[in-house]
Amino acid sequence: MSDFRSDSVGMRSGGAGEDPLLRRLYDRLRPFLRLFVSLIVTFLGLLAITFFIGRVIPIDPVLAVVGERAPPEVYEATRKAMGLDKPLIVQFAMYVWQVLHGDLGVSLLTSRPVIEDIQRVVPATFELATLATIIGVVLGVPMGVLAAVHAGRWPDHLVRVIGLIGYSVPVFWLGLMGLLLFYGKLGWVGGPGRLDIYYDGMVPTVTGMILIDALLAGDMDIFWNAVSHIVLPASILGYYSLAYIARMTRSFMLEQLGQEYITTARVKGLSEFRVIWVHALGNVMVPLITVIALSYASLLEGSVLTETVFAWPGLGFYITNALVSADMAAVLGGTIVVGTVFVGLNLLSDFLYRIVDPRAR
Amino acid sequence: MLHALTRRALLTATAAGLLTLAGSYGPALAKTPKDVLVVADKIDDLISLDPAEMFEFSAYDYAQNVYDRLITFDPKNFGPLKPGVAESWSLADDGVTYTFKIRKGLKFHSGNPLTAHDVVYSLRRAVKLKKTPSFILTQFGFTPENVDEKIKALDDYTVQIVTNKPYAPSFVYNCLTAPIAGIVDSKLLKEHEKDGDFGNGWLKTHSAGSGAYKLRVWKPNEIYVLDRAGDYWRGKVAMKAVFVRHIEESSSQRLLLEKGDVDVARKLTPDDIAAVMKNPDLKVENDLKGRIMYFALNQKHPILSKPKVREAFRYLADYEGMTKSFLRGQYVVHQAFLPLTYLGELKEKPYTLNIEKARALLKEAGHGDGFSVKIYVRNAQDRLEIAQSLQNTFAKVGIKAELVVGTGKQILTEYRARKHEIYLGAWGPDYPDPHTNADSFAHNPDNRDEAKLTGKLAWRNSWFNPEVNKMTEAAVLEKDTAKRAEMYRELQRKVQREGPYVIMFQQIIQSAMRKNVNGFITGGAISQVHYWTVTKD
Repeated sequence: MSDFRSDSVGMRSGGAGEDPLLRRLYDRLRPFLRLFVSLIVTFLGLLAITFFIGRVIPIDPVLAVVGERAPPEVYEATRKAMGLDKPLIVQFAMYVWQVLHGDLGVSLLTSRPVIEDIQRVVPATFELATLATIIGVVLGVPMGVLAAVHAGRWPDHLVRVIGLIGYSVPVFWLGLMGLLLFYGKLGWVGGPGRLDIYYDGMVPTVTGMILIDALLAGDMDIFWNAVSHIVLPASILGYYSLAYIARMTRSFMLEQLGQEYITTARVKGLSEFRVIWVHALGNVMVPLITVIALSYASLLEGSVLTETVFAWPGLGFYITNALVSADMAAVLGGTIVVGTVFVGLNLLSDFLYRIVDPRAR
Repeated sequence: MLHALTRRALLTATAAGLLTLAGSYGPALAKTPKDVLVVADKIDDLISLDPAEMFEFSAYDYAQNVYDRLITFDPKNFGPLKPGVAESWSLADDGVTYTFKIRKGLKFHSGNPLTAHDVVYSLRRAVKLKKTPSFILTQFGFTPENVDEKIKALDDYTVQIVTNKPYAPSFVYNCLTAPIAGIVDSKLLKEHEKDGDFGNGWLKTHSAGSGAYKLRVWKPNEIYVLDRAGDYWRGKVAMKAVFVRHIEESSSQRLLLEKGDVDVARKLTPDDIAAVMKNPDLKVENDLKGRIMYFALNQKHPILSKPKVREAFRYLADYEGMTKSFLRGQYVVHQAFLPLTYLGELKEKPYTLNIEKARALLKEAGHGDGFSVKIYVRNAQDRLEIAQSLQNTFAKVGIKAELVVGTGKQILTEYRARKHEIYLGAWGPDYPDPHTNADSFAHNPDNRDEAKLTGKLAWRNSWFNPEVNKMTEAAVLEKDTAKRAEMYRELQRKVQREGPYVIMFQQIIQSAMRKNVNGFITGGAISQVHYWTVTKD
């Protein structure tokens, strides 16, 4: 980074330094330039690591395409067609070149362009992760605040127990039990899958998110059917982010509640409600946004186990499946999506900081 | 990997246990429409829907219902060949010229008529595309260069095929029942052809057949949906649509079945099957499949290559014990390389677990104190359990077996490179003729590493036996079908006694379904699932 900076200093004292307009423009653009460079480095690094790990693991990607019974000439022809006969570094360069042209390659396992696969699996994950995060935030933040306010008393213990269960019970098991109870026994929710199976394909795909597509098509039957299917997996995933968000809110709040400005506010005669929910909570928003963004990002990566139990065709299952079959175009495509999600959410939380905390502006 | 797996297996077991405790879930009414079949299956192996390219179980099931072939089987009685798109066929006296008369009046889903030209296009296309299953046809001497000459239409309804050797006619006919010989709509495919790919790029994700069903949609790892194509020449098709949904977890499949959200669940674990059997709304049907479970001894290994040691291993598998416990309902004991129901099946089971005998044999071979060996196995639950059982029985004669566990592709890569010591795995026949497994298990014309005959198990295990090679080559040319069957029985006996394999089991599949589902035929060892025969009460 220091090289970069000295470089820019040189630039500034050169031509641009003379013209105040150009200089102002440069100052404006500088953060974006820096962001741009760091984005490129991040993505290249991410791709390189994934690519080379993928090539080092002892799985033969040709086998994934042709199967184990393929005659040698078919095997060789396929190997050549996949570019596997070229040196690794050339393969990587070719891949990056393709990506820059918007081509993520063709998945070996689905016989379609990776980009098309991603357009199919990402909305499923996005729908689920968003709903789960909303559940996690709406319940988790108040629970954390309550726990902090009543630290050491029963509400605190209760929240801790709920959180502990969320941390220690495997999602796989909780999912199955949830299905057994709410779907099998009580019949309150739909079973595994995003819809009752024979509803599949009945609404035209616009966004890929069935809830929204059903609304767009004005088909309320399918909308409510989709709701009944998403509610359980979203609650279970939401429960895990709830546990994390509540715990973090509690510790941030405890720190704030011990501060002098809280005492001042109370002395000034502000209502306890205002002290806690406006003053204290307002100040924990910045770190809390990071926590929420991270938890959201991890849900957007897709949760393989939840997707497995609930037969939810999302990103996690896609990437995992691709990984065990050495379907590298799909793995790398998925990696780009996950990378973009992380970078995007980081930027978003940076942006939100500026809004909630005037000092960051 | 193993650790994570065990943990997951444990959790699944607890979950399955609780499901069982919970028993039935109140009144479960069939919720699927009466003219729609909904199947829960595992279809993540589907990678291409092109019959010239597909080589996976799920794809074969799909093709059975979407494409017709020249020759087919009666779904009620697999075994004797039945007319398909060809209403009759004959072999000339030269022993190499076959003539097929094509049924008149057949139509593809597109409305195009099905003629001899489509048949010729389909077979030539499969040869020229050179995809994995093409060897099923090219073994008759067809090459991309000569196939236009060897396979041709004499008129609109007559096809002539000329093979390079006077093969057993049963061999030729059986291979024409394989999915690669599916008849595709040549006119439609020519419209979708790109850079001379015979429409392969398009057909991977679309359908162009004349079967009972056409493809509505396929979403990989998720679902495929078939629509009834209209009147079908083979009979009435009751289900107007078929939904095949990928459901990874057995417990999830079972819940869906019990709630009536699916009609059939095809991938249930033995525990879930046991529970389904107790439910009065459901039933379970068994079918013998072609998969053989065996372990193989690499003949490059100095100890494993000794005949007495090989023989000893045949007495070191607890055949009965395994099929009565953890493999219950999944496998039956079977010790020959051809699956039961194949032409030339061999029912003899000469070997049982016999520790004393094995010990004596090892002593004769000079290994009375045992030795250490590695078993290569993929991380699938049934295989790991078999591997552990073998570890136990091997230990009784002092053989210390270490498991090398990996994903299917990892272990296979080792096996094909002849780097294993003992390989534990499964083998399924490629096409419904005995030559398929004979060629894999018995035939190895060139044992050098450079020969890379990776498709043959005999080569992978470095087993070279000229006499067995000759027997295999003779059987595939025998004209008299009864005599041919006897030759395969003799060959199997020899491999059973001398080969590097310990063949243990043949697979059974159990399909669980709602009581009102009839005619769900899974195709036995030689065919695939038939959706078009299904009716619902």
